[in-house]
Amino acid sequence: MQYDSSVASIRLVGVSKHFGDVKAVDNVSLDIADRDFMILLGPSGCGKSTLLRTIAGLEDPTAGEVWIGDCMVNDVEPKDRDVSMVFQSYALYPHKSVQANIEFPLKVRGVNKAERAEAAKQAAEVLGLTPYLERRPGALSGGQRQRVALARAIVRQPAVFCMDEPLSNLDAKLRAETRAELVALHDRLNATFVYVTHDQVEAMTMGNRIAVMRDGIIEQVGSPKEVYDKPASVFVAQFIGTPPMNIFPAGSVEAADHVVGARPEHTHLTSSGVAATVALVEHLGHEIQVVCTIDAEHRAIVRIPAGTEVPGNGSSVFLTADENHRHRFNVKTGLRIS
Amino acid sequence: MAVKTRRLRDIPLAFTMLGPSLLVLLTFVLYPLGKAVWLGQQTCNVQGKNCKSVGWGQYTTVVKSDQFQHALWVTVKFALITVPIGLALGVGLAVLADKQLRGMRFFRTIFSSTIATSVAVASLMWLFLLQPSVGVLANLGWLRDIFPVIKEPGLLKDPGTALWSVGISSIWANLGFTFILVTAGLQSVPKEMHESAYVDGAGGWMRFTNITLPLISPTLLFTTVVLTSRAFQAYGEMDLLTNGGPVPQDSTTTVTYLIYGSSSIIKNNDGLQAAVAVLLFLILLALSALQFRGFGKRVHYGS
Repeated sequence: MQYDSSVASIRLVGVSKHFGDVKAVDNVSLDIADRDFMILLGPSGCGKSTLLRTIAGLEDPTAGEVWIGDCMVNDVEPKDRDVSMVFQSYALYPHKSVQANIEFPLKVRGVNKAERAEAAKQAAEVLGLTPYLERRPGALSGGQRQRVALARAIVRQPAVFCMDEPLSNLDAKLRAETRAELVALHDRLNATFVYVTHDQVEAMTMGNRIAVMRDGIIEQVGSPKEVYDKPASVFVAQFIGTPPMNIFPAGSVEAADHVVGARPEHTHLTSSGVAATVALVEHLGHEIQVVCTIDAEHRAIVRIPAGTEVPGNGSSVFLTADENHRHRFNVKTGLRIS
Repeated sequence: MAVKTRRLRDIPLAFTMLGPSLLVLLTFVLYPLGKAVWLGQQTCNVQGKNCKSVGWGQYTTVVKSDQFQHALWVTVKFALITVPIGLALGVGLAVLADKQLRGMRFFRTIFSSTIATSVAVASLMWLFLLQPSVGVLANLGWLRDIFPVIKEPGLLKDPGTALWSVGISSIWANLGFTFILVTAGLQSVPKEMHESAYVDGAGGWMRFTNITLPLISPTLLFTTVVLTSRAFQAYGEMDLLTNGGPVPQDSTTTVTYLIYGSSSIIKNNDGLQAAVAVLLFLILLALSALQFRGFGKRVHYGS
C-alpha cells in the first residue's frame, strides 16, 4: 500500500491557545516540511498535545494561523484537513469489530461497502492484523489495539498523521519494537507525521526533526543530532539524553558569567577540578554511573566502564569536563552561548 | 466427609447471621406475596372479612373478564405512549445538556428537577394547567385552535385525549429520572472516541448513532425496563387527574386503577383485587424478562 499524498507541509504562524488564563500554547511558529517525521517533545503540560490538536482541528487557536500545504486551515473542519489522528487511548469503538473500526473513516465518507472492505483488508495487511478482523477490540492485546488504531488512521490515506503519545500505553519491550515499525510505516506511506511524546528516546530514535517544548513555547527545533549536540538551552540539554547533561555551577569550571554543561560521557573523575561528593553508585552491567553532588542545586553523573574501581558513597571526588565537549549557557536566560 | 460435617455444623451460625434480613424479607415481601396469591382465589364480604375460597378458577375468570382485558389494554397503551416518548425526550435533553456550554449546569438542574417532584404534585400541577376554564394551557389561543377539546369538555374529560393527557403528565414527572440516568451514561463515553470520529469526518448524527447510542445501550435498556414497569404500576396520575374516567369508556382505568381505584368496579372485593394484582405481577415479570432477552443481545457492556 503506497500512495502519493498531496503536498503536506505544515506551517504554524504565531499560534496561541489560551484556556482562560492558562497559555497552553504561546505564540508558536513552526515549519514542518512535507514528509517530515516531526516530534513534539516536552514534559507533561508543556502544550505539545494542544499544539497537535490545533493542527488536527480539535482546538481552535486563540491567535495565529495554521497552514497545511498552501491552505490556511483555521476555519477548516478537521475532516477537510486531510489529517488523521491516533490517540494515546486508541479510541477504538468497543462495539465494532476490528474490520468495522478500520472501515469507519471510509464509511463516514460514503465509500461503498466493497471498496471499504478492500481498503480495510490492505490496511490490516500492512499492520499484520488480518487474522483479527472479525474480533472486537476487547479481545485484543494492547499492542494489537494500537495497530488497529494505526490501521484506522492509514486507511483513508491522509497527507498528515497526528499521533498523541501512541506508544505510552505499551510495555517497554513492545514500545521499542513498535518504534521501529512506526519509522518503517512513515517511510512506506510518504506522509507527514507529527508525533507527540514526552519520551526523549522515542524522539531521538524516530523523528527526523524534534521540536522541544516547555511552558507553551518551543525551545529548540532541529534534527535529533543537532538537539543532542548543540542544545539551545539548559532545559533542552537536561531534557534530552539519559542520563541528562551535567550542569556545573557558574564559576566552578570557567568564568562566572556563564554555566558550563557536559554530558556524563564527557565528565571525568580526576584528581583536581570541581569538588563533589559521591551520592550513589549504580552498576548497570556494561557501565557504572556515579552520581555526585556538587552543591544543593547541582548534581553530576559520571559514566565509567564496568570493572573500573569506583569511589564509595560519601567519598570526596573531583570532576572535570572535557575541554572539547563543553556547552556554555547564559547564567540568567539559560540560553546557549557556545 | 469432614467437609460435609463442618458445613452441617455451620448451619446454625449461618441462619443466625441470615436471621435479621430473612425476617424482614419474610414479613414484608414473601408473606404478603403468598397471602395475595391465596387471597386471589377467595371471596370476602364488603368489610373484607369472612373470606372463603372459591377455587383457583377465579384467576381464569378475571383473565377472561372484559374489565380486566380493557384495563390491560389501557395499561399497554399508556406504556406505549409514555415509555418511547419519555425515553426519546430524556435522551434528547441529556445529549443537549452534555455539550460543554456556558450555563449548562443550570439547565442540568432544571432538567433533573422533576425527579424531586412527587406524582401528587406533578399531577395537581397538570390538573391546573389543563383545567378548562382557568388552566394556563387551556387558555392559550393557538393551542385551543389546534385542540378545541381543551376547552370543551377539557383534555382530561374527553375519552379520546384523556389517556394522552395523563401520559404527558407522567412523561413530565419521569423526565428527570431518565435525564439523570442517560446523562450518567453519556459521561461514561470517552471524549476521545468522539474526537477520533470527528477528525475522521463523522457529523453529529453519525457520531450519535455509531458511538453514543451503542455505548449507552446498557443505560437505555435499564431505563426502558424501569420506565415500563413504572408505566404498568402508575396509579397516582389516574387517581388524581381522571379517576379512571371519563366514564363510561373508562379510558384511563389501568390495571392498577382497577385494583385500587376509588371508582373501580371491584373496589369492594378483596379477592378479585388480589387476583388482578397477582396477574399484574406476573405480566411485569414476563415483560422484564422479555426486554432483557430481546434487547440484551444488542446491548454492549464495556470492552
